[in-house]
Amino acid sequence: MATTLDKVDIVTVGVGWTGGIIAAECAKAGLKVVGLERGKDRNTADFLMVHDEYRYAMRYDLMQDLSKETITFRNHRKMRALPMRQMGSFLLGEGLGGAGTHWNGQTWRFLPYDFEIKSMTDKKYGKNKLSADYQLQDWGITYDELEPYFDKFEKTAGLSGEDKNPFAGKRSSPYPTPAMKKTPILKKFETATSNLGYTPFMLPSANLSEAYTNPDGESIAGCQYCGFCERFGCEYGAKTSPEITVIPTARKTGNFDIRFHANVVEVMKQGDKVTGVKYIDTQTGEEYIQPAEVVVLTSYVMNNAKLLMVSGIGEQYNPETQKGTLGKNYAYQVLPGATGFFDEQMNVFMGAGSLGMTIDDLNGDNFDHSDLDFIHGGSISMTQTGTRPIQTNPIPPDTPTWGAEFKKASIYNYTRTLNVSTEGASMPHKENFMSLDPDYKDAYGVPLLQLTYNFTDQDRNLHKYITEKTSAIMKEMGAKTVMPGSPITNYDIVPYQTTHNTGGTIMGASPDNSVVNNYLQHWNADNLFVVGAGNFAHNSGYNPTGTVGALAYRAAEGIISYSKNGGSLV
Amino acid sequence: MTEDKKGLSRRDFLKTTGIATGALVGGGLIGGLVGYNVKKEGQVAGTGGHKGADGEPVAVNNRGLMFFTNMAEFNVLAQAVERIFPEDDLGPGAIGLGVPYFIDNQLAGNYGSNVKEYMQGPFFAGESTQGYQSRLTRAEIFRQGMVRMDEEAKGRFEKNFVDLEGQQMDEIITAFQKNEVDMKGVSSEFFFKLLRQATLEGAYADPIYNGNVNMDAWRMKEFPGNQMTYIAEIENDQFVKYEPKSLSSMEH
Ligand SMILES: Cc1cc2nc3c(=O)[nH]c(=O)nc-3n(C[C@H](O)[C@H](O)[C@H](O)COP(=O)(O)OP(=O)(O)OC[C@H]3O[C@@H](n4cnc5c(N)ncnc54)[C@H](O)[C@@H]3O)c2cc1C
Ligand code: SF4
Repeated sequence: MATTLDKVDIVTVGVGWTGGIIAAECAKAGLKVVGLERGKDRNTADFLMVHDEYRYAMRYDLMQDLSKETITFRNHRKMRALPMRQMGSFLLGEGLGGAGTHWNGQTWRFLPYDFEIKSMTDKKYGKNKLSADYQLQDWGITYDELEPYFDKFEKTAGLSGEDKNPFAGKRSSPYPTPAMKKTPILKKFETATSNLGYTPFMLPSANLSEAYTNPDGESIAGCQYCGFCERFGCEYGAKTSPEITVIPTARKTGNFDIRFHANVVEVMKQGDKVTGVKYIDTQTGEEYIQPAEVVVLTSYVMNNAKLLMVSGIGEQYNPETQKGTLGKNYAYQVLPGATGFFDEQMNVFMGAGSLGMTIDDLNGDNFDHSDLDFIHGGSISMTQTGTRPIQTNPIPPDTPTWGAEFKKASIYNYTRTLNVSTEGASMPHKENFMSLDPDYKDAYGVPLLQLTYNFTDQDRNLHKYITEKTSAIMKEMGAKTVMPGSPITNYDIVPYQTTHNTGGTIMGASPDNSVVNNYLQHWNADNLFVVGAGNFAHNSGYNPTGTVGALAYRAAEGIISYSKNGGSLV
Repeated sequence: MTEDKKGLSRRDFLKTTGIATGALVGGGLIGGLVGYNVKKEGQVAGTGGHKGADGEPVAVNNRGLMFFTNMAEFNVLAQAVERIFPEDDLGPGAIGLGVPYFIDNQLAGNYGSNVKEYMQGPFFAGESTQGYQSRLTRAEIFRQGMVRMDEEAKGRFEKNFVDLEGQQMDEIITAFQKNEVDMKGVSSEFFFKLLRQATLEGAYADPIYNGNVNMDAWRMKEFPGNQMTYIAEIENDQFVKYEPKSLSSMEH
């Protein structure tokens, strides 16, 4: 029998960026918030020994314990879905701060085009640009409506950048801190892309260029370019993360309580309201029910969708009939790019997770697609994140992958290789979706989430086109040998790609085609909010968290308003 | 260690300056940290000698087998990883770097028993895009792999694996790589990938894990290991050589 606890105003499931933002805003507004986090407590003091590629980057010390829970995966409906037994394609977060602890910090605003992609594509290219199998839709909100929330997230994070991207949406204020240092490697990219007629600019960064105090009074230090950002926590507190910003802000109010080792297994529902959540204390095995006026799912794309599915909230998407909204429009990204081998040695081991320069000329609808067999594109960047020796053994084409020749080539090229990389957008397709697995269960007996996903022709065409462009950039940069990325075939869950999973709990203007409204309030229950990249109706050519942060601030505003007035916010 | 003689260890330094706790740090203080490192090492740029600060490889004396019980199997592992990452004019190979001990030690721990991985059944072979689907742990796969390598050697050349010529060992490793060897519960191709990956991990991981002896693999690759900051050099046009530093330097 589960123990029922005292009712609180707000309960969040998970305490990463989204949980932290909701907690900070609601707690500041005087609401009592409980954050249930299945991982452990952690903070900057835990990261002094963090420059350890083996422990953190190879063995995933900070990430989700898959022995307790994972997902199952298949490329298409006829394949048997099997568990993702080892971490690979994406790295799920766990513990205070979630994936915000070990992210890179490349922090973008999606393009104005992204929010109205369906109408803008139809208007410019006609209704048949993509086949009806692609479930393109507008987001039910415009860039201009979301701008104040972008601004708020960026100020909380102290983002470092320069306003030189001609394709970006209008900003109400400049970046809170100046751009990071422009290194010789970045300058090479800057010169090459300028020569080719593109417009390079410094990538917006949450590794701060200088010390900063945010509007909530939280301090973020200046980045040391130590090269251990991605997959690591920052020992300086220089990489903006939930546990050094929004979480302390929430705690200072005295209105926020975090319970660790608390694994939520169900959202409780009665009529058209949710009443709270059920969780398991993973240290004792005891079950608790936490009643709340408002439940906020902030447990990442996968778990947000799964909790709605196991709790029977909303209608499961069915690819056969294309009916139902829950689990629909799952999207990922494609990564066109080119590797260049140079003669001179470069300081590739120095860097920071968001140290980079980018061009947006081939992203979104920033270029004409009339004669192209795809829409959208990707941001093309040269990043200098700190090249790690176990994972980085670059060898020119036709070199054996082990033995004497491999050793020589991989050592020689380690400091002489650069990559131009792209985050390629991904469009939703009727066959790509999330549902519940009928066979496999997590450690608490709850079904695993099942992912049915494959790259589509849109992805392959986009990948091919951009790969050629990145090869040309690499050539212009002066590489001795240019190795274009291989064409993509089927999605493979094994190699790391990005932790940029989107969709499944998408937002929109109507309950007919979305799970939540543009305050991320569930269409079927006024007091349930679902926050995260799962709200994206498609995936853009950028990292997601800037847009996730903006949406979380908007949801927080909605929750506070709901708490006062009740009802639907739209 | 040299650091102690200065009377202020790196960790104390971090503690007293508040860097470790995320307090605000001005540029001047960080500049001080850089200077401190440089002085400690005597010279940073241009160093490239093959001796660590203490001259001797530290880990050697502590070595022992934690996982393998049979020296013959351990020796197959040692020869196989040396073929994957051989000694040459650049420096030591996998054996000289302690990789066999690294792998042995890892197999005895969480890595070997797949502690953070989903190991519930049912098990099906699946498509290659679905990844690892074996019911075997890495420890079980490695042990089986060593036995199968020796059996292949006997079958093909009537010798133990360790008594083969290098070319013959390569032939066998290639057969595993090409999935031409039968294994139970796992494909030989998967075992090969595991072996190759573990070899690179043992070579290039921090020496605290008993591989990368004397940080020699880092020296070969000119990777500086655990450096607290590069802010002073990040804009430098020249390649900067550092005396590498292990995480063990943080404990003093
Ligand atoms: C290696 C890496 C690099 C990245 N780099 C970038 C980047 O440069 N730029 C960018 O924009 N994004 C990046 N990301 C993505 C970014 O980290 C995520 O978008 C962001 O952290 C998501 O925040 P979230 O709050 O939605 O989820 P999370 O941070 O995943 O937080 C969810 C929390 O919920 C908890 N939880 C889950 N299920 C339950 C449950 N049932 N009960 C209780 N608690 C639960 C989890 O333990 C976790 O702490 C990166 C991610 C990774 C892994
Ligand atoms: S590179 Fe900068 S932000 Fe990243 S971990 Fe190092 S000091 Fe922190």
